[in-house]
Amino acid sequence: MKKYLIIGNGAAAVGCIEGIRSVDKAGEITVISEEKRHVYSRPLISYYLEGKTDAERMKYRSDSFYDDNGCRVIYGAKAVSVDSSAKRVKLEDGTELSYDELCVAAGSRPFVPPFAGLDTVEKKFSFMTLDDALALEAAITKESRVLIVGAGLIGLKCAEGIYGRVGSITVCDLADRVLSSILDADCAAVVQKRLEEAGISFMLGDTAERFDGDTAYMKSGKSVEFDVLVLAVGVRANTELVKNAGGEVNRGIVVNEKMETSLPHITAAGDCAEGFDASIGANRVLAILPNAYMQGHVAGVNIAGGSADLGSAIPMNSIGFFGYHIMTAGAYEGEMLEERSDETVKRFFVKDGLLRGYILLGETERAGIYTALIREKTPLDTIDFELTKKVASNAIFSREIRRKKFGGVV
Amino acid sequence: MKRVYVNEEWCLGCHLCEYNCAFANSGMKDMAFALKDKKIFPRIHVEDGDKITFAVSCRHCTDPNCVKSCIAGAISKQDGVVKIDRSKCVGCLTCVLVCPYGALAPGENGTMQKCELCLENSCGEPACVTGCPNKAIVYEERGAAE
Repeated sequence: MKKYLIIGNGAAAVGCIEGIRSVDKAGEITVISEEKRHVYSRPLISYYLEGKTDAERMKYRSDSFYDDNGCRVIYGAKAVSVDSSAKRVKLEDGTELSYDELCVAAGSRPFVPPFAGLDTVEKKFSFMTLDDALALEAAITKESRVLIVGAGLIGLKCAEGIYGRVGSITVCDLADRVLSSILDADCAAVVQKRLEEAGISFMLGDTAERFDGDTAYMKSGKSVEFDVLVLAVGVRANTELVKNAGGEVNRGIVVNEKMETSLPHITAAGDCAEGFDASIGANRVLAILPNAYMQGHVAGVNIAGGSADLGSAIPMNSIGFFGYHIMTAGAYEGEMLEERSDETVKRFFVKDGLLRGYILLGETERAGIYTALIREKTPLDTIDFELTKKVASNAIFSREIRRKKFGGVV
Repeated sequence: MKRVYVNEEWCLGCHLCEYNCAFANSGMKDMAFALKDKKIFPRIHVEDGDKITFAVSCRHCTDPNCVKSCIAGAISKQDGVVKIDRSKCVGCLTCVLVCPYGALAPGENGTMQKCELCLENSCGEPACVTGCPNKAIVYEERGAAE
């Protein structure tokens, strides 16, 4: 009977467990969980603050999940080293665990730049875990002036989460636009305007350089007074365990399409891993939950003796603010084709007769049809692309293709 | 497993399936009371192409993207049927981002809904099929994709 060990207890770990069990019903699975919580969805913490969910409903799988899958979970434990030749993992408390197959699903951690005077700030938070959200919730009042450093996905979802529960929200970012990792300048301006209309203030192309108590001194020479500080500058993949064991790491743990690291019997999945991104044809950390689950599942199937590979993973995001939805996917290269109305923007990026990427603002119905065109590399001359740009529809396909899609088991 | 299939050559584009779907999932006994003067949120939708109309609903895929991608863990596959626990859904639309068929859409309250084959509502079998006047929508067992 195989012994599986999973470091981490997030979406990638769940994917790994379900992947293993799709092949091997009997093997022994042990999960090392740093957080003392049943597996929950981290991206939901902003929705928690908004009141759209609660700790119970945030559980990513049912209470009986580990029992149903025959897993032992060690809560509140941290893996500190991996010995890949002896196939052993050491925990912080000195315990050693042996394995036949190890999956490192250790996630990422907030990156906090070495700001001068940060230790003088009384109320400062990251925004990654449920504990972070609970601590932030306890610190804010209706009068709080909140400064969020970072106008990316995490910083802006945090802003939405606390909106209406605080006095004011200011967001700063060294980048010259909001959501710079997923939006181009024009689209970012559209989103920023909406957030500003809701009452959120921005200081872009500018960031805090040093702090003194309740004051941030900015690069531009301005200063901002605040009561609560949220640091959402970015995240770093937890690569150290594999790196120190002699495995290849870059910005994430380097993996192949089967999620195998450079070390034998060690796979990696999720935000700690740097897998193949089909949209750019190179390895990249795709730190989104769907990707974490799928990578975990592929790793699980493979270490259990099955065969799976990730296929065409691409960056993609669905995010919304105050009911205005944004979807993005793929790479923004090639010719840009735009459809625009007062409230909506759709941008398509076409190269070599293929849809390579898109940005949709305000109109996202059936966007998965676009996503599939990218992932399946559908030649645009085989579909009605003029209609596609206007509306995502299955009418763009030929009757034969539609018969394949809808006429049988898929 | 039986699934809903559409013979697009026979679809009249009457949209009756959308109304029957909305009614079956309304929990009400009277169709007029349930739907009259209301915006409906059916789980099947009729698409209009050039000289062609056809209805689209969940394919209950063998390996569903939506189940793997749901950030809330709200979508699962049980006995072959892809189901959503709407109490867990936060309306992030990630399932819309990944469904290649365009088969999921938000309901009245912003949480997502999808075809669950009417197995648990008052109809007990797909209402879109039962009510299709031209038998363009069928509920049957088929093999692998043609």
